[in-house]
Amino acid sequence: MQPLVSIADLRVAFNGVPVLRGVDIALQKGEALGLVGESGSGKSVTWLAALGLLPRQAKVAGSVLLDGRQILGAPAAELDQVRGGRIAMIFQDPASALNPVLTIRRQLSEALALHRDLSGETVKAEARRLLDLVGIPDAARRLSAYPHEFSGGQVQRIMIAMALAGNPDLLIADEPTTALDATIQAQILELLSSIRREMGMAMVLISHDLGVVAENCDRVAVMYAGRIVEQAPSHQLFADPVHPYAQGLIGALPPLDGPRRRLTAIPGTVPDPAHMPAGCAFAPRCALAEEPCGLAAPTLVPIANERSVACVRAEASRRALLRIAAE
Amino acid sequence: MGRYFAIRIGRAALTIVLVVTFAFVVLRLSGDPALMILGPEAPPEVLAAFRKAWGLDDPIWAQYFDYFGAIAKGELGRSMRDGRPAIELVLERIPATLALTLPAFFFKVALGIPAGIYAALHRGSGIDRAVMMTAVAGFTVPSFVLALVLVLVFAVQLGWLPSGGQDSWRHAILPIATLSLGGAAVLARFTRSAMLEVLGQPYIRTASAKGVPWRKVVTSHALPNAAIPTVTILGFMVGTLIAGAVVVESVFAWPGVGRLLVVAVANRDLAVVQCILLLVAITMVTSNLIVDFLYGFLDPRLRSKGAHA
Amino acid sequence: MNAPLVAVSAISRSYSMRSGMFGRAAAVHAVDGVSLTIPRGETLGLVGESGSGKSTTGRIVLGLEPPDHGEVRFDGKPMAAPGTATWRAQRARMQMIFQDPLGALDRRLPVGTQIREPLDIHGLGTPGEREERVRELLRDVELTPAHGARYPGALSGGQRQRIVLAQALATKPDFLVCDEPVSALDVSIQAQVVNLLCDLQAQLSLTLLFISHDLRVVRQISNVVAVMYLGRIVEIGLADDLFAQPEHPYTQALVSASPAPGRRSAGRIVLAGDPPNPAARPNGCAFHPRCPRAIARCAQEVPVLSAVGGNRQVACHLVTGAATRDAA
Repeated sequence: MQPLVSIADLRVAFNGVPVLRGVDIALQKGEALGLVGESGSGKSVTWLAALGLLPRQAKVAGSVLLDGRQILGAPAAELDQVRGGRIAMIFQDPASALNPVLTIRRQLSEALALHRDLSGETVKAEARRLLDLVGIPDAARRLSAYPHEFSGGQVQRIMIAMALAGNPDLLIADEPTTALDATIQAQILELLSSIRREMGMAMVLISHDLGVVAENCDRVAVMYAGRIVEQAPSHQLFADPVHPYAQGLIGALPPLDGPRRRLTAIPGTVPDPAHMPAGCAFAPRCALAEEPCGLAAPTLVPIANERSVACVRAEASRRALLRIAAE
Repeated sequence: MGRYFAIRIGRAALTIVLVVTFAFVVLRLSGDPALMILGPEAPPEVLAAFRKAWGLDDPIWAQYFDYFGAIAKGELGRSMRDGRPAIELVLERIPATLALTLPAFFFKVALGIPAGIYAALHRGSGIDRAVMMTAVAGFTVPSFVLALVLVLVFAVQLGWLPSGGQDSWRHAILPIATLSLGGAAVLARFTRSAMLEVLGQPYIRTASAKGVPWRKVVTSHALPNAAIPTVTILGFMVGTLIAGAVVVESVFAWPGVGRLLVVAVANRDLAVVQCILLLVAITMVTSNLIVDFLYGFLDPRLRSKGAHA
Repeated sequence: MNAPLVAVSAISRSYSMRSGMFGRAAAVHAVDGVSLTIPRGETLGLVGESGSGKSTTGRIVLGLEPPDHGEVRFDGKPMAAPGTATWRAQRARMQMIFQDPLGALDRRLPVGTQIREPLDIHGLGTPGEREERVRELLRDVELTPAHGARYPGALSGGQRQRIVLAQALATKPDFLVCDEPVSALDVSIQAQVVNLLCDLQAQLSLTLLFISHDLRVVRQISNVVAVMYLGRIVEIGLADDLFAQPEHPYTQALVSASPAPGRRSAGRIVLAGDPPNPAARPNGCAFHPRCPRAIARCAQEVPVLSAVGGNRQVACHLVTGAATRDAA
């Protein structure tokens, strides 16, 4: 089956400094993929680059196919049809993601006019329907309000309504709940998954929060220093992470119940993109690192059905695991 | 809403009172008008009579209250030099000043704002750098230097234009050019930075992400937001329509309000100076008021809060 | 049992806030009748969402803000009036660290100088001893003396938070208020700083008030945890079992909303309604409009915090004593 989106060897550099160093992602129709990683890992840049939303000084190379058509470097008019129409995006900070001087109606209608060929009264009716859909009470009246008149959670709902205006096949949610309180975060995540189910839409959920991603996605990709280091179905990734970085991330998360244990913190810090270590970028912080780790950057290799890992040591441990299973 | 207006109008009135008071104090402290106008050789009885006639003998606070009392009645005093009402002297000069400042204001806006927007949209390009270098030069060079350079080139060297006076429209070209260039430079820089600030905002990325073509992102998302800070500087420029040409009028011997002010200060012609200052304060304060109200119009966030700012 | 180092009794604090251009000034009860005790060497965790009053509570406990009502006692004595000599002596024994280390540091000074600053201000030791103390503090927070020569801009977020911590520890305080100290840090760095805080607390027998919205981090570091909602404590109990067996419907919703790897979202309690607005506090139990179990009484009567068995106290009409606990 042809993937909905397939990204191959996507690379991004800002002023000659590489921040994305070869990312491959294949996303099926209706699938929910989680992208986790710490700040600077390139999880947001991947999708901003794919949609041509990075500033001009960013150098982007590689390939991004949507239904088999190349969209990287596509003409502006074609990209404008893709953005919002096929692939919509919502962002972290809802308060500044909406234009402060335009009414909600104008911002919603703009998206409807661009992708749905609606006009006049039908636009208004559809805008109202979308606000109802995302749970904004009293939608008809609230359409003429400005963004600052809504709470953070409500603005994120409006962002979702706006993203849905073009009936997209894929929604990229970039840290959609990071700026929100816990109970509101739960509301927004619930809304996202129910809408996804109803509309059969694919979703990429970008988050630094492993828990958020695990609960809401079928498959998770862990990113570190501009590369994907491990990819797996979410329950498997959290039950038995293979890459030492993925293990480290899960170990660093304090448990909410059960006995308290000392956190297994990953030592050191994320490498500076301008001075990337040779070989595996995680090797300087990795307890398992050996000599070969510093020689060449490991590539993402399948280790099981739907699972792949970019780690020299993980392949060794996988072989050992298979040997035990065979005996 | 009434409260919002009342606070701002009250503050505006207070500003005017303070400006006038300041002018009154500084002028009375800086020299004896009688001596300045009649000259040091004037006989003492003449000086005394002059002082008595103009109330200069009274205690300073009495002069101050008389002055404000008169203003309240709409009397702005008479020129000590020729006895004509100060307001008349000032008003007859205003058309000449506006003949320079109004076209200059138009050119500032027509040049500065598009240049700033263009530079912001093509940040880092050759044109951006050229615009910015011109702009920096434009507002670091004092207007009298610029005026003299223009005179040297176009009047002295090339002989295309007159170097001073008010005899034909050709006489206005150099003063207007001097005023426009400096102001356009300020506006271009200001507009550029306001635009860059707005273009970096997340909502611009949101608009692009929903498929709005770039041209429309700029016109319907970026410009309305960048207009908010730009209005401030425009308001300031409106405020200088009356008195913003002091230097240029002096250099080009243009008989406007600015030149009248210079002469009146030199002569300690108190009533005229105070009258001009009052007028300047009123125009400045009024344009600030207009800016405040424009903010409310442009920025919905200020309509519902910020009342206690 | 030793006397608590910090004892807060029934403190309240309200602000007057105008809502909108034409709005009338309304009293916002940021903190409303909060009582807490923190035994020496222990950590009290304070959790809640924005507007819960947890940060205001922290500032009042530190004496940065006076309470309108109620009293804070430090080491058995009431907090002295701000500005007095006694107050200064008390304040030297308590320090605060915030979420944003870059905001707390001066970008134009090397961080070593900034760690020494409190020593210079209080005139502690000779210049030589102060230098030695700075080196010691840098070691305590697991940095090297070389880091002391750097400027805040040249350090990572985690390193900056360590510097802020070193600065706070310079005067050898007994009590530390930490307001969201690790919220801005990435998970792996967050774990480093949490571990460091736990180690330092044990080494220096520090008493901590740890304020955070993150239940996991709070549980990791605290002995006792208090949950706040709109200025009041709704539940308080031992960290080990509070989140494992939450009693108050709000705590239950918070725990349920905290995502857990390896769990799908099915069965999560999702609260309806907007985040609470301190300027429009509902009557009765402030949580009742969003509470899935609210009854008529909840809208009229304010529930008081009362013991329900074990070390737990809950402010809820529906949770009363052991009987309800078993039923829940």
